Amino acid sequence: MFAIFKKELRSYFINAIGYVFAGVFLAVSALLCCFTTLQNKSYSTSSYFTTVLFLLIIIIPLLTMRLFAEEKKLRTEQMLLTAPVSIGGMIMGKFLAAFTMFGGGVLLSCINFIPLYIYGSKERDGVPYSEMHVGPISSEIISCTIGLLLIGAAFIAIGMFVSSLTENQLAAAVVTVTIIFVMLVLDMLNSYISAYAIRFVLSWFSILTRFSDFTYGMLDFSSILYFISITGVFLFLTARIYDKRRWG
Amino acid sequence: MIKIEHLVKNYGSNCALDDVSFEIKKGEIVGFLGPNGAGKSTTMNILTGYLSSTSGSVSVAGLDVLEYPLEVKKHIGYLPEQPPLYLDMTVKEYLNFAYDLKDCKLKRTEHLEEICEVVKIKDVYHRVIKNLSKGYRQRVGIAQALIGNPEVIIFDEPTVGLDPKQIIEVRNLLRTLGKDHTIILSTHILQEVQAVCDRIIIINKGRIVADELTENITRAVQNNRRFTLKVCGPQKEVLATLRSIKGIIYAESLAQRDGDAYAYMIESETGVDIRKPLFYALAEKKWPLVGLEATGMSLEDVFVAIVDHTEPKARYEKRSSAKRSIRSEAEQDIAKKLVDDAKEKQGGERSALFDDDAK
Repeated sequence: MFAIFKKELRSYFINAIGYVFAGVFLAVSALLCCFTTLQNKSYSTSSYFTTVLFLLIIIIPLLTMRLFAEEKKLRTEQMLLTAPVSIGGMIMGKFLAAFTMFGGGVLLSCINFIPLYIYGSKERDGVPYSEMHVGPISSEIISCTIGLLLIGAAFIAIGMFVSSLTENQLAAAVVTVTIIFVMLVLDMLNSYISAYAIRFVLSWFSILTRFSDFTYGMLDFSSILYFISITGVFLFLTARIYDKRRWG
Repeated sequence: MIKIEHLVKNYGSNCALDDVSFEIKKGEIVGFLGPNGAGKSTTMNILTGYLSSTSGSVSVAGLDVLEYPLEVKKHIGYLPEQPPLYLDMTVKEYLNFAYDLKDCKLKRTEHLEEICEVVKIKDVYHRVIKNLSKGYRQRVGIAQALIGNPEVIIFDEPTVGLDPKQIIEVRNLLRTLGKDHTIILSTHILQEVQAVCDRIIIINKGRIVADELTENITRAVQNNRRFTLKVCGPQKEVLATLRSIKGIIYAESLAQRDGDAYAYMIESETGVDIRKPLFYALAEKKWPLVGLEATGMSLEDVFVAIVDHTEPKARYEKRSSAKRSIRSEAEQDIAKKLVDDAKEKQGGERSALFDDDAK
């Protein structure tokens, strides 16, 4: 598993994809941060994180599209599947590599908050935050970052599942974009639906509704469990795809 | 070492393997021969745990492939039909990855160096695989299969697409490896198995049609019944004389000329050594015999004969559980014929030797 993790991580940087991912993610998130906080004259980062979620639509497929599709096309999966590594190990290796890339990007993008802290401390002029609540709210940033990482993990699992279905990277990318997009706008569909039951179910599934808890600085256990379950289910389905192919 | 019992594999309604059973002992080099789509790769993929079987059991080193997949995979080095290469890695990175992947316990640098020495890829060690030629890529694939020094090495058509020199090199390599590994080699090139393998298993349309030692098959093939000869003399008369010799059942003139000599092809009855009567007949007419060459039956002929004889009638018939103890008659006939011919030939050779001694 560790060998596959290492290989995948390295291949992100051998190909341009790793750099494209890091570049696009850092640049766009910095821009978004600038628009949502500095230009809005606001210390609240919740709208920043919500817009970054939409950035994931483009970013996640970049990381996941080639994970399995390329192996299948180049027939290199034969090497992985005939090596003494279990299917679960192979999938976890790949997942962790993609997640490490994503997590690294998210953590790096935290430098966006440095200006906020600097402005905050200037405005307080020596008074500690505990006495004068001016400046970015650290608990909000931390909980949102955790939420973002969890949602990213879920999306990566979905992208991996799609990638394992096809040989074509482009097809994998397009399908992943669509799925992530639909999952994010599920909330907006709600306003067009009058039936309460359906609205209830949709909002239960909605990523944005669940993410709003995080933006209040709350770590809701059910939401955390929800994202982890999505991740688990899709990783499991990916393993099933490989199992099924063996038996097919 | 490897034991396959009643292996059946269906792809949907298409039966790829139909009750295949064989056993391979430690240290054997076995050639797996068959036309395209015969089921060679399927068998190998099942053996390596890449595919599962519909029914039947496969065990390697006493371990069942389904029960202990990871253990079994540790015993096997596999080179698939298309070498599984990551094109954007260098050879070094790739081999190191294979080393990690196989969780190899041998000393890394020495082990990799040794393998590079064996397959002769030292000079491309730091190059990106994408830029390597087909022959080198194939060798990197072989190197990958050797990592971890597995007891069983499986090669699926290792010489496809190589130039003649590389083919000879790969064959020599296989022979070297065969000294202390069990090797399974699949190919549709007959000379290859003849040159390398101890044993040949011929498979066609998912069934084993022959499983013999290479020497038996080779002997069956070296049947001295057919000759090409070159005789100086008037073509029509020579042909007529040839046809009149007792023991010759067929003669024809070939469109070849060597000076004033014409080429002919003759076939004798089974068990008759035609060479002496031929010489006397031609000497009598004072037509010099300037060339005599046994054409024999090529391995290709045998192969085609076997494969043609055993066209299964129900190719697409689905068999879910096949306990077919009796092979079709044609298959048995062929296998029997091969061995009988070989024995006969062996006897003939011996008596010829004794003749020489007596003189």
